[in-house]
Amino acid sequence: MSELSVNHLLGIKYLTKQDIDLIFETADQFKEVINRPIKKVPSLRDITIANLFFENSTRTKLSFELAEKRLSADVINFSASQSSVKKGETLIDTVNNILSMKVDMVVMRHPNPGAGVFLSKHVNASIINAGDGAHEHPTQALLDSYSIREKLGTVKGKNVVIVGDILHSRVALSNIYALQLQGANVMVCGPKTLLPKYIKDLGVKVETNLKKALEWCDVANMLRVQNERMDISYFPSTREYTQQFGVNKELLDSLDKEIVIMHPGPINRGVEITSDVADSKQAIILNQVENGVAVRMAVIYLLASKIKQ
Amino acid sequence: MSQKVLLNSKEVNITLHRLACQLIENHDDFSETVLIGIQPRGKFLADRLAQILTEEYNIKDIQLGHLDITFFRDDFRRGDKPLEANTTIIDFIVENKNVVFIDDVLYTGRSIRSALTAIQSFGRPKDIELLTLIDRRFSRHLPIQPNYKGRQVDAIDNQKVKVKWIENEGEDAVYLVDK
Repeated sequence: MSELSVNHLLGIKYLTKQDIDLIFETADQFKEVINRPIKKVPSLRDITIANLFFENSTRTKLSFELAEKRLSADVINFSASQSSVKKGETLIDTVNNILSMKVDMVVMRHPNPGAGVFLSKHVNASIINAGDGAHEHPTQALLDSYSIREKLGTVKGKNVVIVGDILHSRVALSNIYALQLQGANVMVCGPKTLLPKYIKDLGVKVETNLKKALEWCDVANMLRVQNERMDISYFPSTREYTQQFGVNKELLDSLDKEIVIMHPGPINRGVEITSDVADSKQAIILNQVENGVAVRMAVIYLLASKIKQ
Repeated sequence: MSQKVLLNSKEVNITLHRLACQLIENHDDFSETVLIGIQPRGKFLADRLAQILTEEYNIKDIQLGHLDITFFRDDFRRGDKPLEANTTIIDFIVENKNVVFIDDVLYTGRSIRSALTAIQSFGRPKDIELLTLIDRRFSRHLPIQPNYKGRQVDAIDNQKVKVKWIENEGEDAVYLVDK
């Protein structure tokens, strides 16, 4: 069996197609495990993992924690709001203190892009990036691709549009890398103010008309409007954004095909998508959540297998 | 690398039939029994036994599953390469059933130890038996013995017992290979 080409998961940019295939094949087995009456395996009983969340998160943190516990790892949690970071401690000092407690792996979310890469050069532990600023969110992209593969059989050759706030979205960037690596055609769609200038350099199509984007695609990945990252107004009002870039049932019904609707969550119901779309059969949002645990179990398992005893 | 034939195709076939008959003696119509092939290589033996029981001894509705033990092994991170996970297919209830584990070679017993842990994720069997085509006695690390064995073999540590199946390697045979 092949093994991952990396010792850390810092971003999709550092992975190969073979890495992604390996993660998905392993996730298939873990998906079977988490549907058993007893959902736990003892593989990582000698591994300790620290979840360092320097930025708020609910679902990613829960998903990682569940994945770790189902692999029988020991887990410690840290959130910046309750820590000495507030007292001025540096990132390396914080992490080194935690690693002194014999931690093997660090899952880190940080508001600054590149925090994971920085850490991987300074500490002796396997690092998983759980989101670094507006840079990458690799496990989200992996679970998104895995969910597309599960729903449509393959990612290769599929047309996927990522709709919304591309500028602030680490999910968008990681998804673009992951989808392209697997041979999908990628389009981004959103207000011009929320499309980064460099975006065409990534080899994606750009569209500002949602109807046209939906007519082109097999899958629409709707991103959350990140109000917390908007230091200036990028569009006149939420109402206007919804009118131009929100997906509702009428819009979907007007298409001559059935597309798959995805959302990384949390959903602003009635903004990016309406409730009847979010709860429809076309939406695979809850499948994404379930797959998130299996994919994260696979990533943690494969990285842990490279930690020498 | 030299190799010696332990069982040829004809001998494998005779052995399989004998094992199938032994199973029938203890499990009758298999209504309370499930067969579990241990992945990756026990599944070939399990599939073959189920086929013989169904086609040649007219046992109906045999419940056959494949159990992957990768995540339950005790040598994770000890080898050079990561352990490869295989498929688990158990689409029936094992609770209160007679479970027969089926594997091609019983060597140290560690795989069976893992399988005993893994099967608990599917329920609490009434009892568990072990069937193996080859029993490498004197090699055990754990107190595990087979209930049914095709052939007992005395092999030293630098020898490997290799079981080949038509399904994946084009012939039914068992070899003793010097590593």
